[in-house]
Formats: sequence, C-alpha cells, structure tokens
Amino acid sequence: MYLKIQKSLFRTLFVVFFVTATAVAQDAAPAVDAAPVAVEAAAPADSDGDVVLGEKLYKNNCAQCHATDNAVVVGPGLKGIQERRDYPWLKKWINNPNAVIASGDDYAVKLYEKYNKAQMTAFPSFGDAEIKGILAYINAANVPVVAAVPVAGAAVATGETGGGQFFNVVLIALLAIMALVLVALLAIIQLLTKLAGAETPETTGMSISERFKANLKGLVANKTIRSAVIWMFILLATKASLDGLYGIGVHQGYAPEQPIAFSHKLHVGEYEINCAYCHTGVYKGKQAGIPSANICMNCHNMVKRESPEIQKIYTALENDQPIEWIRVHNLPDLAYFNHAQHTNVGGLDCTNCHGEIPTMEVVQQAKSLTMGWCIDCHRQTNVNGKDNAYYDQLMEAHYKTSEGPMKVEDIGGLECARCHY
Amino acid sequence: MENTKKRYWKGIEELKNDINVVKNADREFNIDNMEGGEPTHRRDFLKVLGFGMAAVTLASCDVGAPVRKTIPYLNKPLDVEPGIANYYSSTFVDGSDVCSVLVKTREGRPVKIEGNKLSGITGGGTSARAQASVLSLYDNEKLKTPVKGEKAIDWKSLDKEIKAALSSSKNVAIVSNTITSPTAKAVIADFTAKYAGKHITYDANSMSAIREANETSFGSAVIPGYRFDKAEVIVGINCDFLGTWISPVEFSKQWATTRRLSSAKDGRRSMSRHYQFETGMTITGAAADYRSSVKPSQEGLLLANLYNMVAKKMGGTTISAAKIEIAYLDKCATDLVAANGKAIVVSATNNVAIQNLVNAINGLLGSVGSTIDFTTPYMIGEGNDTEMNRFVTDLNGGIYDAVIFMSNPIYDHPESSKIAQGLKKTKVSISLSDRINETAALCQYTAATSHYLENWGDAELKKGYYSLIQPTITHIYDTRQAEASLLTWTGVSDDYQAYLKKNWNSNILNGGKSWVQSLHDGVYEAAPSEGSSSAVFTGNVSSAAAAVGAVKSDGIELHVFENVTIGTGSQANNPWLQETPDPISKVTWENTAAISQITANKLEIAQGDIIKITLQGAEIELPVMVQPGQAHDTISVALGYGRTAAGKAGNVGVNVFPMVSTVNGNLSYWKTGAKVTKTNSGYTLAQTQTHETVMGRQAVVQESILSEYVKNVQAGRFMPKIATSEGPTRPYSISLWNGHDKKNHSWGMVIDLNTCTGCSNCLVSCQSENNVAVVGKKEVARAREMHWIRLDRYYSSDADITDTWSVGGLSAMEQASDSPEVVIQPMMCQHCSNAPCETVCPVLATTHSSEGLNQMTYNRCIGTRYCANNCPYKVRRFNWWKYFENDEFDFNMNNELGRMVLNPDVTVRSRGVIEKCSMCVQRIQLGKLEAKKERRRPVDGEIETACSQSCPTGAITFGDMLDPESRVSQMLEVEREGRAFHVLEEINVQPQLNYLTKIRNKDKADAKWQFVHTDEGNAGAHKDEEPKAHS
Repeated sequence: MYLKIQKSLFRTLFVVFFVTATAVAQDAAPAVDAAPVAVEAAAPADSDGDVVLGEKLYKNNCAQCHATDNAVVVGPGLKGIQERRDYPWLKKWINNPNAVIASGDDYAVKLYEKYNKAQMTAFPSFGDAEIKGILAYINAANVPVVAAVPVAGAAVATGETGGGQFFNVVLIALLAIMALVLVALLAIIQLLTKLAGAETPETTGMSISERFKANLKGLVANKTIRSAVIWMFILLATKASLDGLYGIGVHQGYAPEQPIAFSHKLHVGEYEINCAYCHTGVYKGKQAGIPSANICMNCHNMVKRESPEIQKIYTALENDQPIEWIRVHNLPDLAYFNHAQHTNVGGLDCTNCHGEIPTMEVVQQAKSLTMGWCIDCHRQTNVNGKDNAYYDQLMEAHYKTSEGPMKVEDIGGLECARCHY
Repeated sequence: MENTKKRYWKGIEELKNDINVVKNADREFNIDNMEGGEPTHRRDFLKVLGFGMAAVTLASCDVGAPVRKTIPYLNKPLDVEPGIANYYSSTFVDGSDVCSVLVKTREGRPVKIEGNKLSGITGGGTSARAQASVLSLYDNEKLKTPVKGEKAIDWKSLDKEIKAALSSSKNVAIVSNTITSPTAKAVIADFTAKYAGKHITYDANSMSAIREANETSFGSAVIPGYRFDKAEVIVGINCDFLGTWISPVEFSKQWATTRRLSSAKDGRRSMSRHYQFETGMTITGAAADYRSSVKPSQEGLLLANLYNMVAKKMGGTTISAAKIEIAYLDKCATDLVAANGKAIVVSATNNVAIQNLVNAINGLLGSVGSTIDFTTPYMIGEGNDTEMNRFVTDLNGGIYDAVIFMSNPIYDHPESSKIAQGLKKTKVSISLSDRINETAALCQYTAATSHYLENWGDAELKKGYYSLIQPTITHIYDTRQAEASLLTWTGVSDDYQAYLKKNWNSNILNGGKSWVQSLHDGVYEAAPSEGSSSAVFTGNVSSAAAAVGAVKSDGIELHVFENVTIGTGSQANNPWLQETPDPISKVTWENTAAISQITANKLEIAQGDIIKITLQGAEIELPVMVQPGQAHDTISVALGYGRTAAGKAGNVGVNVFPMVSTVNGNLSYWKTGAKVTKTNSGYTLAQTQTHETVMGRQAVVQESILSEYVKNVQAGRFMPKIATSEGPTRPYSISLWNGHDKKNHSWGMVIDLNTCTGCSNCLVSCQSENNVAVVGKKEVARAREMHWIRLDRYYSSDADITDTWSVGGLSAMEQASDSPEVVIQPMMCQHCSNAPCETVCPVLATTHSSEGLNQMTYNRCIGTRYCANNCPYKVRRFNWWKYFENDEFDFNMNNELGRMVLNPDVTVRSRGVIEKCSMCVQRIQLGKLEAKKERRRPVDGEIETACSQSCPTGAITFGDMLDPESRVSQMLEVEREGRAFHVLEEINVQPQLNYLTKIRNKDKADAKWQFVHTDEGNAGAHKDEEPKAHS
C-alpha cells in the first residue's frame, strides 16, 4: 500500500509538472512572436518619409557619426535638423558635402571648421525617398513619448516576466504540497507501525537514535538495497560520462581574450551601431566577416585616437600586419552555415544565435552551436515567407493541408544536404 | 539495347570473357589485396578498437576550445566579400588551344573555370584542358624565381645580364609555338626590331601543310573558318575535330546543332550525316554515323578516289588514281554530291598533297563559301615547319648568337637532339618557361613565367574574335609573364598591362566598345561579315594525286596522334588531366600502343604485353592496348607523354616526338616500316572501362537510326514490362514505396546521347567543383578511381560473340572488334526516387531530400559500402584512403599550394566514407539563396551544375522539373513519349536523370542489326533474346 501511495504520488507530481511546463512553453511562444508585429505596427509614424527604410539606412550609414539627439559623436547631433536647415540644402549636403563646402556656403564652411575639418561621407545614391525616410526616422526618434517601439518591447518583457512569475508560483505551490504530503506520510507510517503492534521487545526501550542505527544496519545488510545503491551509482556515473561525452567540442560560454579589447557593449549597446556596418557580409553571404582595419578607421581616424587599444589598429596598418582575432563561434566541422539565409531571408535578429551582444564587454559564445540546437530551432521557427515570392507556392500548398504556421522543418529544413555537402 | 540483336561490350576483355572480368563481374571493387599483404586479423581489429577508445577518452579531456585565429583584411578591397565568389572573364591559352572562360575566385584565388556565354566562338563551352588549367596554376613544381644556370637570380641582375648579352649579339632568334595574342605579337615585333632578331614559330602538332596547300589551292595561306553547323554531310579523314583539331569546342557546338532532334509535333527530324575515315579510334569517329578504318598510307588514295567518285557524279573530269576499297566511300561520295554545297570534307593530316585533294573536293562540292569561310580564318597553327627546320640547320651552323625559347622544342620537336647540339654554339640562351623543362635545362637563363591566370593578355582565335586575359590572382611566386620580360629587354617599358590597353584602344577596339566593357565581357567580336569572299580552287589536282599515289607502305605503320586530355604535353604535370581516362581507350596515366585484334594476333602479342617499336633507328617501348576499330597493320600512339622534366605527375608514358619525321618539308605524323618485338608481358594498364559491368542488363544504352525515328519517335526505346497478377505491366505502375513529396523543386537532368561526344569536359569540371581526389595509377588499376561522373563507352557489333571455342567463333570475335559502333554515355548518380542505396544504409547516411536529391552525408557514413553494392548504376565511390596530406598520394592535395584549388564550399572527404554526385547541391543551395534574397523564384539557367554549365554541345541540361518554364520540363514534355528514357527502367528506381536515345543517321540497310518492333509485343524485361547464330 505504501508503494502504491508513493507511485500515485509520483504520477500526480509528474503530470502536474508536465502540464505546467507545457503551459509555460506555450505562453512564451506567442510572446516571442509578438515582437516583429509590434515593430511593424510602429512603422507608419511619419506620413512624409518611410520610417522603416529610414531607420535601416540611418543605422547602416549615419549612426556611426551622428546621434539622433543633441549628442556629438563624430559629427553633430541631428535633433531638429529640419528646423536648422531646409530640405534642398540637406539634400545637396548629403549627396555631396564637398561641393557644398567648395561652393562657399557659409553654414557649411562653419560646420566644416567646427568639426576639425572632418569631411562627411557623401551619399550620392540617396534620392528623395531615402533622405526623407532618414529625416522621418530622426523625427520619430525624437518624439517625446517614443511611442510604439518601447511599448512593443515592454509587451514582450511583461509577457516574459508574467510567464516567469507564474512558473515561480507553481514551483512554490508544488514544494508546499510536497512538504505537506511528506508530513502526512510520516504521520501515516507512525500510525501504521503503532497499529500493527510492531513494537517488538527488542525495539522497545531503545531510544530513537538507537532504533535509527539499527534500522540503518538492517538497510546496509539488505542485499536488495545494496544492489539498488550500486545500480544507482553506476547509472549516475554513466549519465555523467555520457553528458561529458556530449559536451566534447561544445564550447558554450567560450570568451577568449582578443588582441584588441574591443567592446561590443560600447559600440552596439551604447552607440547602437548596426551589426552590418562592421560585419559587412552578414546580409550578403555565408560569412558575416570580421571587419577589416579600414572599417575601424572610418570613425577612429577621428575618434579616440589616443587610446592604447586603438593605437594597436594604427600599428597594424602602419606595419601592414593584419590583426589576428580569435574566433569565438566555431561551427562543428563539415557543417555549412550561411548568414544571409538566416538574416536576410529568415529575418532573424543576430541575438538569436549570438546572445545579448549589446551587453557583452567581451564576446562569448552564447549558444551551444550543436546540431541539436540548430534542429530545434528549425523545428520551431516559422518560415519568414511574407512578401517573398520564393515561398508563395510553398505557403499555398502548406495552408491547403494544414492549419498551423509553416515551419522551417516543413520545407525540408531538417534534410541533411541543407547543411552537409 | 534490348530491342536489337546488337551486343554491347565495354572492352575486348568483356567481349572475350576474360578470366578477370568474369571473376570480378559481381564485385564492386575488384582486385583486392594487390600487394599480397596479410589480411586483417581479429586481434588487429581489437587493437585498433582499444586504441580508438583510448583516443576518444583522451580527446574528451580537452575541455578548452581550440584557439582558431580569424584574420581579416587590413584594407578590404571593395568588391571582395569573404565567402562570396567573384567571377572574372579571361581566356585559357595554351599554344593553339584557346578558350574564352570565366574564372571563379574566392577570397582572391581562382578555384574554378567556367564557360563564357558571351563568347561567340564557344557559347559557354570549355574543354577538359581549360577546366584543368586552374590546377596548373597551383603546381608547386613551377619555378619560384628566375634562374641562371642552376641558381636563383633576381630580376634586376637577370635583366641587366640579358640586355648586355643581347646587345652584343648579332642574330637573335625567338622560338615559340603559335602566338594567338595580337599584343604579344606586337611585343615580339618590337623586340625583333630592336635586336635584329627573327621570330620562328612551330607547332608540336603542326598544321603548316594546311596553310601551304591553301596558298596553292586558293591563293591565301590561311586556315579558313569551318562551319560544321551549315553542313548536311560531314566527312572527317583522320581529323579529330570534336576532340583536338583547331577549335574543338567550337566545332563540337556547331556539330551538335546539326545533331539535335526534337520529338515535338513540328520538331526537327533531320540531322547531318557524318562519315569518319580514320586510323585510330577517336571521339569524332565514335560520334560518326559511318566509320571506316584506313591506314595513314591509304589516306591520299582514299581522297583521290573520293575526288574521282564525286567528279564522276557531278560530271567533272577525273584524275588518274589507283582504285582502293574502303567501306562506305562510294556512299559518302553520293551523299556529298546530294548535299548540294552543304557539305564539308576535312583532314588533319599535315601533308600538302592530301590537303590539296581535300581542297579540290571541297571546291568541287561548292563547300567553299558555304561551309568553309575564308573571311574569318583561324589565327592558330601558324607554325611553319620549313622555317623551323631551317632554324635548326642555322643554329647548328652557328648563325645565332642568342636564342630565346618561348616553347619547349627539346621535348616537342622531332629534331630535339640537333637543337640541343646547336644550342652549344650560341653565346646566350634564354628560356621563358614556368619550370626548368627539357629546353630550359639546356639554357643559361630561365626567366620564370607566370600562369595565364596571373597574367594580362589577349588572344585572337579567329580573325576578328578577340578575347582578353586579366589576372585573377597576384603572382604566387616571383615570376613575370613572358611579354613583360621581352618588353623589359626591348627597353620600352615593363608595364605590359599599359601596353596591352594601349594596343587595344588604338588597334583593336577602334571605338567599338570600351576597354572596361571588353574587360568585363572578356571578348570583343568584330568579325568581318561572312561569306563575302568565296575563294576558287585553282590548285593542281593531278600532281597532288600523283604525289599521294607514290606513297608506299611497308608492314606496320606507326601513327602518332594528339589525345583529348594531355594534348602535346604542355599541361602534362596536371594530375586531373593525367587521371582523366581517354574517352575511347579509357587508359589513364600513360600512352599505349593501340593495335587491332587481328594485327595483335598476327604479331602474336596481346594486351598486357610490352612491345618495342623500332623505327628510323629510334626505339620506344610501350604497353599494348588492343583497340577495337583500329586500322589493321597500324599502331597508334598518343603524343604528350614521356616528359622528363614536367614534374612528379607528368613524367609518365613514352615520348613519341622522335618518331615524327619531315616529309616534303612538313612534319609527318605517321611512318611505315615499324618493327615490333615483344619484350615483356603481364603489365596492367590503369584502364577504367571494365570496372563496372552491366551484368547482362541490356537496356542501358538505347539507340536507333534516323529513318526509324522519323517513323516512330520512340524508336529504339526499350519498354520493359514486369509480371504481375494482372499480367505484364509497366514497372512504374506498381511500387513498394510511398514516394517522395516534392512541393518546391524537383531537380533533374536530361542528357542527350545524340550530342554527347565524350570530350570529358564534364568529368574535369566536376572534379574541380567537387574536390574529387586524384588517386594515382595504381589505385585506378584497382578500380578505385573517384570520379563522380564517368563516361561509359560501349562498343557494339552484330557479330555472334557467344561462340568462343571454335575457330569460326574466334574469327567472328575479331570481326566484332573490327568496326564497332560506339556509344558514350555520361553516368553519374541518377538520384533515384526509389533509391536502393537509401534503404540499405544502416546509419541513414544517405537519405532523400524533398527536392529530389539523393543526399550523401559524409559525417554520418561509417563505410559499410552496402549502398555501393546496392547501387544499380555503380556510381558510388569509396574513399579507400585519406587522399589529402598523405605522401602516398603525392598530388595536389598533398601540398599547401595545390590545396588552394579546393572549393571551400565542398567538404574534402576523408578515409572510409562513400561519396558520389550530389547534383552540385552547393550550387543549388546558393542559387536558391540568391533568389530568396531577391524575393523571387529562381530562373531557369541561373542554377547550373558543374557538368552542365560548360558542356560544349549542351548535351547535359539541368533544371527544375517542377518549373514548367524550365528547359528540362519543356524537353521532357516533348520527349517523355519520345526519346527520353530512364536507364534500367525495369528495376523501378525512378531516377531524376533522363537520357535521350542515340539516333544515328544510318541507312537501314547499313544498320546491320535487325529491329524488333517496340510496340505491345515487346519482350519482357528479363527475357534474353538469343542472338541469331551466324552460319
């Protein structure tokens, strides 16, 4: 009977735990999904320029030298730029600043003098749509209650903390129930022992501690228990060594010291420089690419020249000696990975696989990069087929036969030759 | 195969039921344990197992991540993005071998050659040699610095010394092969003007007689443009125009346009008729509708007789010539006359009388101006044998103070010993070559030249068809291109790039196209409008006939030819080319003495023997290769082998240049009176032909003749039926499997057997794209070659080959190999939908994709080889060894430089795993990604496999069978009920690869086999039809 009670207890516990876990997982999923939708909702804030286009262009081209507020980075802050200069002047300036300075424009010359004669990069390819988009983005970034974007972020955050709190409550409740059950069980044992008249002459008169010792001796002498313990030990050891074996070549948390103490926290977190500004290949091809020294020089030929770390870049350039960075993310051998497929086509954020880079002083490998990890994501992730004619036919076929969203798995995302060839 | 009485065989061994073939027929990888070493014991296995366990345990102790450096550019070039390939147009030039190409580079290093679709000459095709040229760039046996004597010297001192030596020299000679570059010619002109020098041109495989004959016949010493695409009747006489002659890529393309058929309602149902008369079997002969073998000595008489036949039929005057009996000659004459000017007769023989007869026949037929075009002559084959011979005499007379070699005459000229003698009389001798080759070894200076992929340059293959060469990598070693060296010594400047640009702007482009645009396109074609001038034959036929009538034959004739892969030996040190099997003989890594079965019997020699051939006092020793279709009493030997200073891979085979003689001032590539003695036996040739057998399955190749095809587009198709409870049904109507759902793409191919010539371009292209290992001669002999695509060559004949015990049976067998028909079938993974390999893999290392691909996952493979055993097409290859970084396989993958050629997107397979054709999945994935990035579907033609991309005839078409717009879909739409067939349809594996039947334009009477009707009454799949016994 004792065993029976135990069994049913375990069963109940398992079911409770499982249901909770699933519930939590299901709760979390829509929260993650919500993010892109919210960002999209925020998009049409300015009627004149396309904020989404503007944001992309701004982050890729302007953010390295200009802040959207009044702060000076390399060039002046851009808050209220449209009040300061009119649109035709701005367009001329952005397309070819050199020509404007050369034409003797008073404002331009003063600006040039003020910022140590640093020449702004020309963007001759920017037309009205692009420039208006950028201006719209600057305006949107300076609207006092920066409306939709943080709200969306907050929504995600609440969703997450909500899930976390719920989980904590369930855990505490479970612990309380288990404690109660334990007490009850002990009481029952006590009662049953008494009722069964198990108080033999030998045990009577023995103190509790003595009785406990005797019981322990009996336990040790018991063959079944001994073998059970040995088995338990063997099983645990096997599990430990299997876990160890699975861990071979997995370097999650690897954070080597780099030859130059470059801080992603500063560049990405504080200055919000777009990843693709330095990792130029990330939307184009297989490799994101480690930035070449001349990309650093775009800003650092002006900014913080005296820093000893930045001096290392100058030395490298002077000596024609490339900088030997240490690779952080090493995919397993024989696996092919293409950044463009995931960033450009899949629309995934870099942090998906690289973790919270904006908070990392030293970059570390945030995810395990094992095949299981890849596969899990391919099972869970919806195909980003919106506005991509490549997937139209597939989407149509998919929704004919099933209701749920089309996962990467559904279009062959688990097939061997997608990554191994 | 099944529907005819024909018998197909892959080689003489199989035809004869050779003991080794029978023994190994059911084995995937024959000839085990060739060294006779001890087999593996259980204890060894346990030892290895134990060691393995220990190693794993040790490895698990290593918890820290290995430190891997990642080193970015300091200054990244704007157009280089790591991981993304760039393509640059360039031109492969090797003597008279010219091919406009695109060079794929990754991170600044060339990794693959592709065809340039903008070229009006090739239309995007390449040759095996052009494909392999990228590996020659990474040959680590090339010179790393200029050399004086044996020692390295710097360029400054070399230039100073040479300039001083040249200015004190009286007569300076520059010796080169044909220079197709107009700018290099200008450089040489500048040089010779400065030093009162002389430029002597010769070619290893000379064409000087063609020019000489055209001078006497038509008044212009040129090689005219040939238009095989305009011909309805093509006659080749010892002329391998699909393989090696003049411009084979272009000719293959032209020839294929006359051979392409369509089963559509109003599709093309006519094709050219191709006659080939030749000594040895070439791919051109294999592709011909009618092929007869002739001895080289008979060629002149054959032409004189052909002339007479044509003249008689056209009512002209005949010439006096002895009668000669050659099969199909009369028929050929009839067809030529009937073609009414749309005919072409070509011969490659370097003999003025023969070329005059060819010209006379073409003149008579009205081909000149129609299929032979004097307005766009070829700018190759400019070598002049008379001048070269005079140079050799002058050199020995001590006339030249200085000689500069831009070629390698000590190896590839028959008078090499005289040249070596004469060299001692010069004051200064300089070699411009990329290695200390046979000639450079005798020169005082070697100004190390760079590879064409490191160079600037141009080429003019055909008049008005210019193409450019631009560097695709910086100089790997301290080398300098020959033109820059000559410019420096001339003292003009050392900037050849500027010189080239100036020459183009002022002399070539003439404002027609900008320099940048030309460089981008790689070609500038300003061909003069064709057909404006039609030359008139004014030669003397009778004297030509008299000259050929005087040719005497005495015993065995030695015939020397250029093969498709090695050519004249300039790229001999290229292991890809060495390991590419000759498309006909299937021999790798050496040249052989090809001999017919009857002659072999007469001389009492057999395959596996080594013979000594004595001729002109010279001797060569070669292994015997019994070649079906070889003319009797002749021995054919390929040029280009037997180099002594090419390098590790190249110094193989036997040099036959000493056997080339001078006849009437021109080099003659055959000679009569060879004495043959057997010196040894038991030699194993590294031949790939009998490695996989068809195991008695008969419908692998399906072919028919044109007249049958016109009646029924399914002529020649084998329609197997399998027995079911409801009676015989088509195999695809029943299946054990559920099939694979293909929603997105279904990648497939159509291979047209009618236009495949066997040129082997696809094989090398695949090797280059997919990092296929070179295994060496010994391993090829053990059937362990790694090529993912093989060109199966089937001989067929109608003779009874089952009777091998009686005298009559044996002689029938000899006849069978006398003049067989040949079909060449590219065979690679068929990507079966019901793949037999997938079901037997114990570890799911080979699986099926949702796009119709049969995927091979190397890191899952444990090497059981069950899949290879179960593959009906025998296309799976096993890595018996680790082929990289292994001194046993000292080819390109064993050195740092050679490994630069590897495609970074494809795994280099290690020992113990199976590999096979992936249908270039890396290209498919990349093509899909490009489309996705642009938010669209892939467009047909945008994704190409390595083999289909550069096929000169377009015989291989690749595409998405689910895309109704794709060429593959459209072809199948038409041909599914026509010529399209799956190989081994009866086993119901449902391949993604389709073949189109081979149709020969042969008359029914000449197609010696009897046709079996292909309708309902067709025989069942496994019902063998007994061949009719010949009485």
